[in-house]
Amino acid sequence: MRSNLNFFSDERFRSIFFQTLVVGLFALGIFFIVQTTAYNLEKRNIATGWRFLSDPAGFDISFSPFLEFKSTDTHLKVYFVGVLNTLLVSITGCIAATILGFLVGIIRLSSNWLLSRISYIYVEFTRNVPLLLQIILWYSILIQLPRVKQSLQILDVFYISNRGLYSPRPIFESGFTYIFIAIILALISSFFIRRWAKKRQDLTGDQYPVFYTSFGLIFIIPIILFFILGSPMSFEYPEMKGFNFKGGLVIRPEFIAMFLALSIYTAAFISETVRAGILSVTKGQREASAALGLKQSWIMRLIIIPQALRVIVPPLTSQYLNLTKNSSLGIAVGYADLVHGFGGISLNQTGQAIECMVIVMATYLTISLTISFFMNIYNRSIQFKEK
Amino acid sequence: MKKLLSIFAVVAFAFSAHAGTLDDVKNRGFLKCGVTTGLAGFAAPDDSGEWAGLDADMCRAVAVAVFGDRSKVEFITTTGKSRFPTLASGEVDMLARNTTWTISRDVNLGFEFVGVNFYDGQGFMIPSALGVSSATELDGATVCIQTGTTTELNLADFFRLNGISYEALPIETNDEGKENLFAGRCDVYTTDASGLSSTRAAASNPDKWVVLPEIISKEPLGPLVRHGDHQWGDVVRWSLNAMIIAEELGVTSENVDAQLGSNVPEVLRLLGVEGSYGEMLELAPDWAYQIIKQIGNYSESYEANVGPDTPLEIARGLNALWTQGGILYAPPFR
Repeated sequence: MRSNLNFFSDERFRSIFFQTLVVGLFALGIFFIVQTTAYNLEKRNIATGWRFLSDPAGFDISFSPFLEFKSTDTHLKVYFVGVLNTLLVSITGCIAATILGFLVGIIRLSSNWLLSRISYIYVEFTRNVPLLLQIILWYSILIQLPRVKQSLQILDVFYISNRGLYSPRPIFESGFTYIFIAIILALISSFFIRRWAKKRQDLTGDQYPVFYTSFGLIFIIPIILFFILGSPMSFEYPEMKGFNFKGGLVIRPEFIAMFLALSIYTAAFISETVRAGILSVTKGQREASAALGLKQSWIMRLIIIPQALRVIVPPLTSQYLNLTKNSSLGIAVGYADLVHGFGGISLNQTGQAIECMVIVMATYLTISLTISFFMNIYNRSIQFKEK
Repeated sequence: MKKLLSIFAVVAFAFSAHAGTLDDVKNRGFLKCGVTTGLAGFAAPDDSGEWAGLDADMCRAVAVAVFGDRSKVEFITTTGKSRFPTLASGEVDMLARNTTWTISRDVNLGFEFVGVNFYDGQGFMIPSALGVSSATELDGATVCIQTGTTTELNLADFFRLNGISYEALPIETNDEGKENLFAGRCDVYTTDASGLSSTRAAASNPDKWVVLPEIISKEPLGPLVRHGDHQWGDVVRWSLNAMIIAEELGVTSENVDAQLGSNVPEVLRLLGVEGSYGEMLELAPDWAYQIIKQIGNYSESYEANVGPDTPLEIARGLNALWTQGGILYAPPFR
């Protein structure tokens, strides 16, 4: 009876008490940090606030493929340019890392001794050298390419120098809209054809050539349409004028270095995930499908990969998150990403360090949570469905 | 709860409140001085690994004023970007880092510029092979530019004003700028003219590079401290002024002992023979004597680090005394 009188002997009370205490202390700690910061900022006469976002930036950003940027634009626009550049290198990096990672992972399991050794060496080398060094290595190599006046020429339209890779830029004329619409319609109808074909196969066992139909819809028809409409597309060619090439499409060495380093580094981790995923499917599955007389490529595509994906996707998600966050190392080679532009130059020119960092952190958080959200949906869709 | 909060408030105060920086420095036993990551002539390690240069001398002068010993200083390297947070957070006591005095830095960032130790202006450096003779011919050029500097803003203004275009290649340090320029990743490097001279002197073949005649901005470079600590600001300000006044009065590291018996009143005040200026600053009476004895006057420091006889070959120009056609001018020592 005594023990009931003592609150601390009551397990429920005790757990609530300690949890409240921890949360309370945590909140107090945060409060303390915010207060101290505000106090110190005020004491040192450092202006705070968000007004600087609408002030003109005053500096130029040259790498802005999606938005036109002038020095009279605001710091807010610097932010958007940074976000787009971060997304550009992250998305292209994730795609390349996935493709390369799957290839290397599968090759690693190949029975060919040389191939599997090569991918083993690749994985061990890249994942054991710090990413920052790899970025700088790629950049140092690219910087050693010929100078712009001595550019390497390929087919008279591509130029390679240490200022980047120049290629013709396609210019879409008015008629191109129809082709664009045709491609979108083709994509949508391919999706439905695939669903219909699967249903039909489930019912009757007959197969329908989905791949060839979709290929025809998506590629052949728009190409025919392109010529019927009288080729509504022209090219703008890069041309040497004064100091630099003018016109055309240019891929900067800063971007190439980031893209190569990020995708090659992350692909090493992905390949290990893929290898683990494939090895997690028991040998019996492979043997059983072979006994049923399935082709080797079908075994991989229909039996092994779908089951391996269940194991691969969760760690793959965290590799995507890592790649996105690692793109903030672009500052090392002057790649104009979010950290370099807004979290670096704007921060420095305005001195609004806390505001800029809060915005940058919130942005990375948003991007990461968005990736997680979609990858989780995908993950659910490939899990075993208990019936 | 109220008690707990007040305890926190006290702790917060203890963390944030500084005693005067001068007392902090004295208690610590050495000065922490923020300098560049290496800019020959201003602050860079010399052959024996000692920091040398005009800015390094500025740091040493303050160390001498406080401790009477030129070695009582720790040099902390900062980039164009890290310098302000480093100073604001108290990691260094002062910056002597080729920093341009502007209104926003003085007012909005909460710093105090205590003077100018080098009057500079922004220029352009370009390979002589390109045959460019004026900055207005730079249309379409790729320009290497240090981020977070005033030069970055001046550059944008200059090209906008002249209606010509450029591609900016942002870099972090002077070394990175050199590397990109020498590799041809950029056509032009722009920074303060003194920095260009320094970079050019470091090139394997300086004759292959020209500094264009245009100076597109005013860049008064000087030491700065945190705003609000006036006592400390005064120490740094008058350490600089003492060197300038010494040049004005013809007091050098060589003749300073003889000058102790001078009959010029201002010399006697400067060297601490008359008056109690050291006491007012809470320094030793002979603080200025020691600066001149151990570092030299402004002219000595200038000639040894950036003057015409050094690889930088920068003439005194604006940095000559006001009596000699320049604008270097220190308030009277009285």
